[in-house]
Amino acid sequence: MAVPRHNQFFIDPNRCIGCQACVQACSECDTHKGHPMIHLEYVDRAHSVQTVPVVCMHCEAPTCAEVCPADAIKRTEDGVVQTARKPRCIACNNCVLACPFGVPEMETELKLMMKCDMCYDRTSVGKKPMCATVCPSQALFFGTMEEIERLRPRSTPINQFKFGRQIIATKVHIMIPKTGRAAYIDVTAAMDERSMGKDITLMILDEMLDVRG
Amino acid sequence: MAKETIKATLWGALVTSALAILIIVGSRNLAHFDAALVGYTFAVLFATFGITYRYAMWLQRPPTALYWKRGWQVFFRPRHLSRNLAQWFGRVTGEFALNRFIFRRSKSRWAAHWLIMWGCVMAMAITFPLVFGWIHFETLPEDIHWYRTYIFGFSTFAFPIHSIFGFMIFHGLVWASILVIAGVMLAMRRRMRDHGAAALQQFGEDFLPLILLFAISVTGLMLTASYSWMKGYGYDFLAILHAITVIFTLLWLPFGKFFHIFQRPAQLGVGFYKDVGERSAQAQCRRCKEAFASRMHVEDLIKVEQQLGFKYEIDDATEHYQWICPRCRRSMLALAQGREWNEEVKR
Repeated sequence: MAVPRHNQFFIDPNRCIGCQACVQACSECDTHKGHPMIHLEYVDRAHSVQTVPVVCMHCEAPTCAEVCPADAIKRTEDGVVQTARKPRCIACNNCVLACPFGVPEMETELKLMMKCDMCYDRTSVGKKPMCATVCPSQALFFGTMEEIERLRPRSTPINQFKFGRQIIATKVHIMIPKTGRAAYIDVTAAMDERSMGKDITLMILDEMLDVRG
Repeated sequence: MAKETIKATLWGALVTSALAILIIVGSRNLAHFDAALVGYTFAVLFATFGITYRYAMWLQRPPTALYWKRGWQVFFRPRHLSRNLAQWFGRVTGEFALNRFIFRRSKSRWAAHWLIMWGCVMAMAITFPLVFGWIHFETLPEDIHWYRTYIFGFSTFAFPIHSIFGFMIFHGLVWASILVIAGVMLAMRRRMRDHGAAALQQFGEDFLPLILLFAISVTGLMLTASYSWMKGYGYDFLAILHAITVIFTLLWLPFGKFFHIFQRPAQLGVGFYKDVGERSAQAQCRRCKEAFASRMHVEDLIKVEQQLGFKYEIDDATEHYQWICPRCRRSMLALAQGREWNEEVKR
């Protein structure tokens, strides 16, 4: 079985409300029972409520698989980068350190790397991944390109990311403004960017002051 | 032919030749070599070539080559050698003999693996020396009820044939088969009932090895049943059937799932590399300033990525994306997306 080509994964971190529903649902997945593989990250916990759900982006040329000395990470024909093969993984941590999105997790006790495999037990039979099924704000959306275009008329999906001089293409898309027309998201350019909460608060305050003024 | 292929072919030829010479020497110029087992011998020689070839190719991949080199370097580092040796014994027992890490993954998986592993180890320890003519038995001239064991042609201990010890020794492959069949049953049960396994498993990668092990064990047991209880009924046919299952498995050894047997010891080297890394200088994230890995590991990974053609270099003080911790990478993805929207707001 394979993930149907028309079904795509779209992430809009802007919509994330940090409710943890995705984390709880993820641990229900049959391929990694009891271990949530999604990261729900606080971007700057001290100053902002901004959160981001990070799943495996399923790169077309996965760095994690390339740097694996045991050849334990395989990409299926339908483009899903699988979690480490249990007989092969030697728990070296290369994949954890090399993934540009910071996705794989090392279970040191189990001598095993585990990561999101897009709920392959579900998506390969036409169902949605657990996280996308429960996400109340639809920050995690699994469906067709037509659906996302209809539901998010101001956004457009992008699956090219720049890290330093390296551009990585992925199976999973991130939603960006339609008018931006960026060829890729430059991740390293956001190194010194401040969390969104701060900026939005200040902008709202500025606007309020303008109105009153 | 590529340089890597030539190197791997030469290693394969060297190790196979060494084994062939050991067979000739160990069986005393084939004096104790059983010609009926010649098919098994050639299958083992082929498997030796295939395994060595694949292993040599595998060791030449940039990440494997680096870990291989570093694993030995950190193990023999004089400052850590005594501690490493003590840990080596602990790890070989805990990780290899007991499969503790598989036990933590799942108890049923552990039971299946442990039974299959020890069944196969026992079977190989018995059959390989017998096939190579390294071990043979002779009756004592003064008492035909006693056997003397010869190892590499050297006389060793003697034991009564009709004793518990003799029974256990001569039925060694029966005990091995029982272990393997029990393990295969547990593994097959998991593969048929577990939804997660069902989504990922493939016939060639996951079912074929179990089917082969089961076929070897059952046909082996049938041979014992034939000569013990059925006056050798169908023995010749069963012997050929058993030989086919074993030879097919040996020929398939370098290509399929069983190759993990030869890859797994790399876990030991990785363990020492991580231990030494933890006791050495740490890499600090150049964004959040937190320590997140050993400096040695990050520097090695940068080299590996460069060898693989990745260009994660950054043209500022950060120098390389590898100096950013995984947590900051996740945050930066959100910040990068937010940046696009902020620019939209400004527009």
